[in-house]
Amino acid sequence: MAVKTYDAGVKEYRDMYWTPDYVPLDTDLLACFKCTGQPGVPREEVAAAVAAESSTGTWSTVWSELLTDLEYYKGRAYRIEDVPGDSESFYAFIAYPIDLFEEGSIVNVLTSLVGNVFGFKALKHLRLEDIRFPIAYIMTCGGPPAGIQVERDRLNKYGRPMLGCTIKPKLGLSAKNYGRAVYECLRGCLDLTKDDENVNSQSFMRWRDRFEFVAAAIDKAERETGERKGHYLNVTAATPEEMYKRAEFAKELGQPIIMHDFITGGFTANTGLANWCRDNGMLLHIHRAMHAVIDRHPKHGIHFRVLAKCLRLSGGDHLHTGTVVGKLEGDRQSTLGFVDQLRESFVPEDRSRGVFFDQDWGSMPGVFAVASGGIHVWHMPALVTIFGDDSVLQFGGGTQGHPWGNAAGAAANRVALEACVKARNEGREIEKEGGDILRAAASHSPELAIAMETWKEIKFEFETVDKLDVK
Amino acid sequence: MAFDIGDYQTAQTLETFGFLPKLSQDEVYAQIQYILAQGWAPAIEHEHPSNSMEVYWTMWKLPFFGDQDLNHVVAELEACRRAYPDHHIRLLGYDNYTQSQGSAFVVYEGRS
Repeated sequence: MAVKTYDAGVKEYRDMYWTPDYVPLDTDLLACFKCTGQPGVPREEVAAAVAAESSTGTWSTVWSELLTDLEYYKGRAYRIEDVPGDSESFYAFIAYPIDLFEEGSIVNVLTSLVGNVFGFKALKHLRLEDIRFPIAYIMTCGGPPAGIQVERDRLNKYGRPMLGCTIKPKLGLSAKNYGRAVYECLRGCLDLTKDDENVNSQSFMRWRDRFEFVAAAIDKAERETGERKGHYLNVTAATPEEMYKRAEFAKELGQPIIMHDFITGGFTANTGLANWCRDNGMLLHIHRAMHAVIDRHPKHGIHFRVLAKCLRLSGGDHLHTGTVVGKLEGDRQSTLGFVDQLRESFVPEDRSRGVFFDQDWGSMPGVFAVASGGIHVWHMPALVTIFGDDSVLQFGGGTQGHPWGNAAGAAANRVALEACVKARNEGREIEKEGGDILRAAASHSPELAIAMETWKEIKFEFETVDKLDVK
Repeated sequence: MAFDIGDYQTAQTLETFGFLPKLSQDEVYAQIQYILAQGWAPAIEHEHPSNSMEVYWTMWKLPFFGDQDLNHVVAELEACRRAYPDHHIRLLGYDNYTQSQGSAFVVYEGRS
């Protein structure tokens, strides 16, 4: 073994962290960063700096490095690729040995990969595009408390997407009036309703009152319709202790599902709550407030596909993914790429969907993709095509904005959904024939006919800000 | 506008396809064909309407593993209906990859 000596000073990062001959191990955690360096800094040096600053390196050599085997522990920049259509940026691929990450801790992974390095001066922008989690690491994570298959069995929903709705107005309703809105949606036969993300426990509606009135609404709707119902009771709160208190009460009321905001709440809170749900037979719906702050800029931040992978590992049974067609940002191919990461057991590399690595999920249960935000009955054929059966399609304004009220709005959505699923199963191309399918369905449903009349002009056609990098 | 507002009456429904008009024979055949084309195992369950909220309905014989014959599935649906004319009868497609039901809908509604 070569003898190493202490040589104080500043070395170029690439001397140690740029290793183009390295062949990644199956146990390595791999990351793809889109890097935009300051002018004049060579690509290899930028890539190596990212590898160093997100693993073992610091700006100066230190004597205590010689007490360990940094050659083993260091991150390695092993490949550089052009970004199609962008001469300023490039992709850097970095491999990290699995030893760098505590078992089952998404917090630890992110603290390393998207920590200090994002403020590094030699970089103008930096974006974490994708992570390949080795199967060995995945098996240390708890994952979804229930998963798609178990949720379907608990709620008795098969052969179609589920239908949901966020209760509006977002803020200001009393608990009893809120429960009324829930009941009306569920009797018209949505499967699920949802607390909006900012509904926590404000003075106009404390959480305990909300939970009790919602439970009464669900109980009545189930008895009257003969179908299973649920409402995502948002337990997101200021402290984990408070969240568990609210979760326990939801369980006491016999409720099937609670809700958490995983980015504002944080991964530690989320993982803990997911573990609680697994132990207590509760489903967990995940909202993603604050995601666009992190994931929307095409050159800086973290792509949502990474946040989605992290959520599947941390634990959640539902995750919002955008709608592609509604009021919120979302490129179709890119969305399909991270929806796969939520639901499939193996996802192959596919640059046309922004998937940079093969990803083996092993036995980890799947997460329902939730499409919500500015969608209505006219979008139904596209939504069923894009998201398939393992999804929750949530119509907020598209249910409660119906001229006859929530129950009729719910029925309109249910008729439209079932007409699309039936036509799809018959082999029809429902996106192409959507208008005909909906009009035929409306001939036996006045609720749907009125919904189609109400929303026929509403479209959200703006250019996507964060597009996939393609030539 | 208030005079135009309709009164929505809550309906007792039986999950998937509960909001469509009763499927015609050809429409039921198309759904069976879909189950077969996916490689799922068709199966039949029945239950008295008073027990329709139970987790388990009664199974008719066994799922028809490996069956590719639409007419056989149809004949079994009819046989089940003759044996239990008062019962709800539903058709399932067991998907052994997802360990779930890829399809499930009530073909005949019993009299409650």
